[in-house]
Amino acid sequence: MSVLFVLVPLALLLVAIFVGAYVWSSRSGQFDDLTTPAMRAVHDDEGVTAPLPPPEAR
Amino acid sequence: MSTTLSPEFTLGTAERLTCAHCGLEAASGDARVSAGAMYCCAGCETAASIIKQSGLGGFYALPERRPARVSASGRSYAEFDHEAFAAAHVRYAADGLAEATFYLEGVHCASCVWLVERMPMIVPGAVRAELDVTRAVARLAWDPKQVSLSALAQALDQLGYPPHPFRGLRADEVRKAEERKQLTRIGVAGAIAGNVMTIALALYSGVFSGMEREFERYFRWLSFVLVTPAIIWPGRVFFTSAWQALKNKRLHMDVPIALALAVGYVQGAVNTLRDGGPIYFDAVGTLIFLLLVGRFLQHRAQRGAADSAALLGALAPVTARVVDGDAVKEVPTEAILPGMLLEVRPGDTLAADGVVERGSSSLDLALLTGESRPVSIREGEKVFAGTVNLSAPLRVRVEEAGITSRLGRLLRDVEEGARERPPVVLLADRIAGHFIAVILVLAVVTAGMWWSTDVYFAIDSAIALLVVTCPCALAIATPLAFTVAVGRAATRGILIKGAHSLETLTGRGIIFLDKTGTLTEGRMVLEAYDGPSEPRAWVLALERTSRHPVASAFAAAWSDVAALEPELVEETLGGGLEGRVAGHSVVVGRPEWVLARTATLSDAVQSLPPLEGRLTPVLIAVDGVVVARAGFGDPLRPSAKRLITQLGDAGWEVRLLSGDAPSVVQAVASTLGIPAAKAEGGASPERKRAAVAAAREQGAVVMVGDGVNDAAAIAGATVGIAVRGGAEASMAAADVYLARGGVEALPELMAGAKRTTNVIHRNMLVALGYNAIGVTMAMMGIIDPLFAAVLMPLGSVTVILATWRAKTFTPEAG
Repeated sequence: MSVLFVLVPLALLLVAIFVGAYVWSSRSGQFDDLTTPAMRAVHDDEGVTAPLPPPEAR
Repeated sequence: MSTTLSPEFTLGTAERLTCAHCGLEAASGDARVSAGAMYCCAGCETAASIIKQSGLGGFYALPERRPARVSASGRSYAEFDHEAFAAAHVRYAADGLAEATFYLEGVHCASCVWLVERMPMIVPGAVRAELDVTRAVARLAWDPKQVSLSALAQALDQLGYPPHPFRGLRADEVRKAEERKQLTRIGVAGAIAGNVMTIALALYSGVFSGMEREFERYFRWLSFVLVTPAIIWPGRVFFTSAWQALKNKRLHMDVPIALALAVGYVQGAVNTLRDGGPIYFDAVGTLIFLLLVGRFLQHRAQRGAADSAALLGALAPVTARVVDGDAVKEVPTEAILPGMLLEVRPGDTLAADGVVERGSSSLDLALLTGESRPVSIREGEKVFAGTVNLSAPLRVRVEEAGITSRLGRLLRDVEEGARERPPVVLLADRIAGHFIAVILVLAVVTAGMWWSTDVYFAIDSAIALLVVTCPCALAIATPLAFTVAVGRAATRGILIKGAHSLETLTGRGIIFLDKTGTLTEGRMVLEAYDGPSEPRAWVLALERTSRHPVASAFAAAWSDVAALEPELVEETLGGGLEGRVAGHSVVVGRPEWVLARTATLSDAVQSLPPLEGRLTPVLIAVDGVVVARAGFGDPLRPSAKRLITQLGDAGWEVRLLSGDAPSVVQAVASTLGIPAAKAEGGASPERKRAAVAAAREQGAVVMVGDGVNDAAAIAGATVGIAVRGGAEASMAAADVYLARGGVEALPELMAGAKRTTNVIHRNMLVALGYNAIGVTMAMMGIIDPLFAAVLMPLGSVTVILATWRAKTFTPEAG
């Protein structure tokens, strides 16, 4: 069972990576508007241009 | 209808025609036919032709299209091309593209997203368009070398989405940043809570099946290490908020929460270090997570309430033309000073208050007074910023500009009204004080009870009591019930922005109703016609050439009369129409104006009784003799009378507050059974706000209105309600927006508010019930961390389920 001394910290490292990814995505505004992208998905692509990058990116 | 109609639109009966663009019923008088399809108005016709020319006919196949009439303003948007506008609102990217953010009127569903985001196909030079449908805010990017911003704005306007520069950009970014922070905290707290719980599960299994000492110590230390960042980072908000409350000598729910979190964490830390006794890390982690979720829901439900002034600001023009010697130059509105001479062309919005020096014209005052009829003005008369010049150029000497203008003061009134409004103390925060006192007393009693037996056990039990009574379920009971109710209400066409308003709407108080557009239809209808039927066709022939509200009222009322072609028509603003039809000379207009041309009255007209005070008279003269009289009014909505009775039965004191003429308001009040003393007419926007502020001293005040003239009163009321069809500014100032016709949804809103409050009360009882169980067990000394860990989430889950199942805003609950 002493493998737990290695495995649990490894698992927590994974947690830290995912939390880091989440923090980055929420800070860069990916959860700002949850309604419109859902509507956009059902429309066909004709005439749609690439979405604007978030304001921070410029 | 003699034209052949294509099967593209439905044809019910002869009178029921559906517009091929918006899908709404078209009044046959206004209907226009082009390219084999029928449209209800010019706006829809233009929008449809743009859509078809751009190859976007697929728009009509979108399943989620919702009926909404196109209301293009037809403005030129020339000010959007001015340098001053660009400096304030346009950002230039390195690749030569320009970008700006706009608030769009009329955005309501997924098909609007589809259409707006296809701007690049409609306007060459537009590069990107991105619409946030919930906030109706669009970001546009375009190539300034190929297309001007005004051309883009005109295209949006013609499609039925008049754009306004989005002035609340900074406030909006602050709010967005706050929301992102909250989401980040929730994510971090959730990840930590989940992992601490997994470890706790191992520890609890160890209690039953045995566990080696070194692993137990290892897991306890792991939980300690994991939960510490949750306390320091996401959990800190509770400690700072509780500290603020204590510093201001107030108590709210965050105080007992912070106490429970601190006590649980410190006790756990001490017990980890001394290697024995209960740790509460799993409970602490879960609490932080659940409480943050509750707080986020509450914040979400209240967002958008801060936009009011930003939107009103968007109503003033950005530039104005200043006459300087012989030259006319365009300057930003901010640079206008009293004493300057402005040139105001037809279609322009006045940028400042002043006196007309030259010219006469008619003005649309709808923004300021809610009056839908054009008002004629001449030299020497006072005009106000925010009104629109309709017919002829004017020279105006500026008297007040900027924040001292009437529009500026109105704007400030809205802000002040919102600030003055007493904060609604929610029931949850009112009971927080009692709650914490009871809990502290019980903790001391528990410690005292066990002190003589075992000092450590006494302290452990007292702390267990503090942790287990952490008012988590109590704290999420209110925001959760509000959020669910707000979501359900939205599907019923009731948009609730300030969730607190639901608690107020259950109480009794005074409710002010605006008349025009709220209780009435807000449009002119021909209500009385006394005269022979023959001249009707001739009158209609003249009126078809005019865009005056009286003209459309004639057309709507006499849709069965075949129209003739007029030979010669002349329109006099503020007077009426005269012309020749079928060999007769016909004059239609205001009595004074018609009588100035034709003094002879037919016997029938002479013997007519005076017209009802509520109606506006129009005389009709044929070949030099006045032969008929028509009366126009703004009819009451069919549900108005029932509504007043329902509100009265529910304990509200109903009062009328209108900008319309006092005689008209009194006539409406007596029809509705409202005492004359409680109906006030001729109320200016300032007077409306003062009336609401005065009434607020007696208790809760609800203001229901539709125009910009109601916006300050709406913002100042305990609960402000805006009605569909009014100005978007009043909607921004309101807590509740009724998207269904008129005030029909008001009783439903009241009933839903009542049910929501009942749900909250029930949730609180459930939460307190769980707390009582926890307290009893802690006082008896039989509680341990496992019990605490099960009991607390159980309380929250019960509350969540009960809220979800409750029928707050469903039709069957009615």
